[in-house]
Amino acid sequence: MALAFDDFGRPFIILREQESKSRLRGLDAHKANVAAGKAVARSLRTSLGPKGMDKILQSPDGDVTITNDGATILEQMDVDNQIAKLMVELSRSQDYEIGDGTTGVVVLDGSLLEQAEKLLERGIHPIRIAEGYEMASKIAFDHLEHISTRFEFTAANIEPLVQTCMTTLSSKIVNRCKRMLAEIAVRAVLAVADLERKDVNLDLIKVEGKVGGKLEDTELIYGIAVDKDMSHPQMPKRIEDANIAILTCPFEPPKPKTKHKVDIDTVEKFQTMRGQEQKYFDEMVQKCKDVGATLVICQWGFDDEANHLLMQRNLPAVRWVGGVELELIAIATGGRIVPRFQELTPDKLGQAGLVREKSFGTTKDRMLCIERCANARAVTIFIRGGNKMMIEEAKRSIHDALCVARNLIRNNSIVYGGGSAEISCSVAVEAAADRYAGAEQYAIRSFADALDGIPLALAENSGLPPIDTLTAVKSQQIQENNPYCGIDCNDVGTNDMREQHVFETLIGKQQQILLATQVVKMILKIDDVITPSEF
Amino acid sequence: ELRDRDPPASRPDPSPVPEMERVLKDDAIQEKGERARMASFVGAMAIADLVKSTLGPKGMDKILQSTGRGRSVTVTNDGATILKSLHIDNPAAKVLVDISKVQDDEVGDGTTSVVVLAGELLREAEKLVNMKIHPMTIIAGYRMAAECARNALLQKTMDNKDNTDKFRSDLMNIAMTTLSSKILSQDKEYFAELAVDAVLRLKGSTNLESIQILKKPGGSLKDSFLDEGFILDKKIGLGQPKRIENANILVANTAMDTDKVKIYGARVRVDSMSKVADIEAAEKQKMREKVEKIIGHGINCFVNRQLIYNFPEELFADAGILAVEHADFEGIERLALVTGGDIASTFDNPESVKLGHCKLIEEIMIGEDRLIHFSGVAMGQACTIVLRGASEHVLDEAERSLHDALCVLSQTVNDTRVIFGGGWPEMVMSKEVDELARRTPGKKSHAIDAFSRALQAIPTIIADNAGLDSAELISQLRAEHHKENSTVGIDVISGGLGDMQKRGICEAFKVKQAIVLSATEAAEMILRVDEIITCAPRRREDRM
Repeated sequence: MALAFDDFGRPFIILREQESKSRLRGLDAHKANVAAGKAVARSLRTSLGPKGMDKILQSPDGDVTITNDGATILEQMDVDNQIAKLMVELSRSQDYEIGDGTTGVVVLDGSLLEQAEKLLERGIHPIRIAEGYEMASKIAFDHLEHISTRFEFTAANIEPLVQTCMTTLSSKIVNRCKRMLAEIAVRAVLAVADLERKDVNLDLIKVEGKVGGKLEDTELIYGIAVDKDMSHPQMPKRIEDANIAILTCPFEPPKPKTKHKVDIDTVEKFQTMRGQEQKYFDEMVQKCKDVGATLVICQWGFDDEANHLLMQRNLPAVRWVGGVELELIAIATGGRIVPRFQELTPDKLGQAGLVREKSFGTTKDRMLCIERCANARAVTIFIRGGNKMMIEEAKRSIHDALCVARNLIRNNSIVYGGGSAEISCSVAVEAAADRYAGAEQYAIRSFADALDGIPLALAENSGLPPIDTLTAVKSQQIQENNPYCGIDCNDVGTNDMREQHVFETLIGKQQQILLATQVVKMILKIDDVITPSEF
Repeated sequence: ELRDRDPPASRPDPSPVPEMERVLKDDAIQEKGERARMASFVGAMAIADLVKSTLGPKGMDKILQSTGRGRSVTVTNDGATILKSLHIDNPAAKVLVDISKVQDDEVGDGTTSVVVLAGELLREAEKLVNMKIHPMTIIAGYRMAAECARNALLQKTMDNKDNTDKFRSDLMNIAMTTLSSKILSQDKEYFAELAVDAVLRLKGSTNLESIQILKKPGGSLKDSFLDEGFILDKKIGLGQPKRIENANILVANTAMDTDKVKIYGARVRVDSMSKVADIEAAEKQKMREKVEKIIGHGINCFVNRQLIYNFPEELFADAGILAVEHADFEGIERLALVTGGDIASTFDNPESVKLGHCKLIEEIMIGEDRLIHFSGVAMGQACTIVLRGASEHVLDEAERSLHDALCVLSQTVNDTRVIFGGGWPEMVMSKEVDELARRTPGKKSHAIDAFSRALQAIPTIIADNAGLDSAELISQLRAEHHKENSTVGIDVISGGLGDMQKRGICEAFKVKQAIVLSATEAAEMILRVDEIITCAPRRREDRM
């Protein structure tokens, strides 16, 4: 604890209640931080790659999640250490930005920290290490650009996209039917993609899951599935060529915002009130009927009377539909969300070719599917699976696949996977290192070693001898001048990732390297950790 | 003077701050590698062993006592019910509980089998892991084996969809096989008949809501019966007819106490007593008009979901109309369904309201209770099964058993493929899987072998539960199955092998398929785990 004394021997108070705080400085602080970072990375290391293992996470309430998605694991890990929290952030930002590679980025980060620790022990100043890493990451970044290939896909030829999504899915538990899920993901993304602007709004893809059935029963619905049923049990369950009125006003007498009281003091008033009330209901239903609606979707509830009137006038209705779903329905059917009955006009109705109720299994579960919409720009991926955890994991996996497909539409450059890109970058960085004078050279070289961490982990998880495999592949890359050699995780018999069709997106990989370097830099710059000690 | 109490940075530190490696919160637990795998294996197998003894026709029951108030007791051998009521802390065990629940929701039966099979798969996997075979290799083998087993079973299915008589006897057999492991096994023929009749009335719909199960304590299980009409567990209003022929029924959901004014902000304000009386009279008049409108529909029976106050009840009685109040929502929906009427809430357009019809409404007595019986209903789909039995526990268990049978039957009506029971499907699958293991090179074949052993464990457990010499029986069974197209299985009743075709022991293909697939899926999920991170439990005030 740092204490300064004045001329009379009294201590200056620098930190309040310093006795109750523990403090680490200098190399110890660095080492502690690096150790924490490495501990997190080590947890995730075994989840990397197609043969990666899963983790069981039990939440404070006892709910169980089984996953190998890096971002999800870290999110739920109940982390207390500040540096570990940085790693969690790291994986989260990769998730937000790219959506895939959340495990890889943490493993790379751990590997970089491990190398940095060695350099620190040699007495190299952390800032020099950080700067060296920065230079090296630039080299790797540019090299990735250099070895990337572009491929062309069209709406008709989706094969390349499917292949890339399959690489993403192959590390998840759903890899049993990765081909099918990859196709679903690609079709979904293409359905909502704006190919001219090269953008995809993933909000238009709704991922719904229902427990039961097989994973193979998962389907893509060109429309919206809503977890609701008709408001009245006797309304038709199937409507063709529906004109949909999308309402955000309840089927109830209006509630003006201003406070008011209606006083009833005579029998006449009581009776007019009654008449008025009936008229309200009647008019509301009539209004919907007049504009030609054949289905009403409402955000709010209905009064019993309104419900019956709707039924009697043969106007099916759905109530309590959530805001997000309502928006999706509006987008899909080309309708407008109408806040008041007075504003309901025929051109504000949405169109859908088919609305039907779908029921499952032996329970009373039902869903409403709105299909063949006027604007096929909103789709639903409907996941089935043996148990709740499976569905949740499938949802996460599909999300990753969707993100990958989106990234490819934004930028159709790819690099090859299986660790080949990392090995190639490592070779390039290593070669470039000699051109830099000073301590940075060491840092750059360490960066190259750190990049080897990913293929090493891949090989280890696949049950291959890590060092033998890595060195063999590396020498092969240099001898054949072929940057596409990687680790043969699935025991296919070839190292060439072009033949194995294992791709990853260029931006995903680049982002991994940039983010990991940034976080390592941040951790290296910390030289003082002050924590209040436990009570 | 500046003093630094920290050790100089250059001094080498022998242990590089081990406590800093701990990145989780204090109470959180992290288990890795072998330990994690062991924890999940042990948990899953414990669950499987727990329900194991309930498997098969001679399986035993369990008593479940709730921790809630009253310490209510449930006696059951339904796997899903047992597992649902357990408080489990082991995450792997939770996976098994979850699959049994899903099995229940999806096909309704086989909830014990699926857990036992998953447990056996993991037991075999544990041995393989100890032999240093990588879990991923085991998973790959299990997947191949599951696919192969499914196909083997698929080839041996029988489909009597086109032959109504045969199909009915298939259904009977399935129902009897399902019921034979439940409390209803004594009267299984009787109940199988009941269930098949009820399901066939549905004509292919899986909507079990139109089969109403009423439980009335008293009498014996044999006194249970299927009623073709609809029974509403309600009383008829005072002074109203107790028997109506050719009834026109209006099913309604409307307030028959006082209609509230629904316009927002309205309130009644009066300045004299006489005005109160006026308003009251107006209110009464309003109700009278409403009742008149209802009567104007030309009905002689009125069933409402909400309360009917004395005043309207009296009016109905005067008009000679039978009025039933407070029929719950399900009752209303069912009644509307079976009588073919609308559920009405407004009564201004009598011509557009569809009334329900039935031939006869009468009050009947079951045991001590009076019920309203609607017979000769327009829609033939619905029916009511009245269960009688010695106690609530018996009735609850009987309902669960019957529910299982109904679920299986309704699924079978849609997917008419049928296979034999009594350990036959397991042996067929295990034979094919064995073949596959022999053809497959590499370490995967060990896993495929293990899958076959796990399959054989099911008939073994059934035999063990029945107190038979399982080792002897299973080996005989295997030898029998070596012949092509054998139909031999374990006959628990006679305690030996028997021809399943002759004994009429059948199961639905869909159920068996779901068992194999979801058990494999669950085992795979647990096998893939190499780390368990348990968050600190949320603190509760009262942990009871």
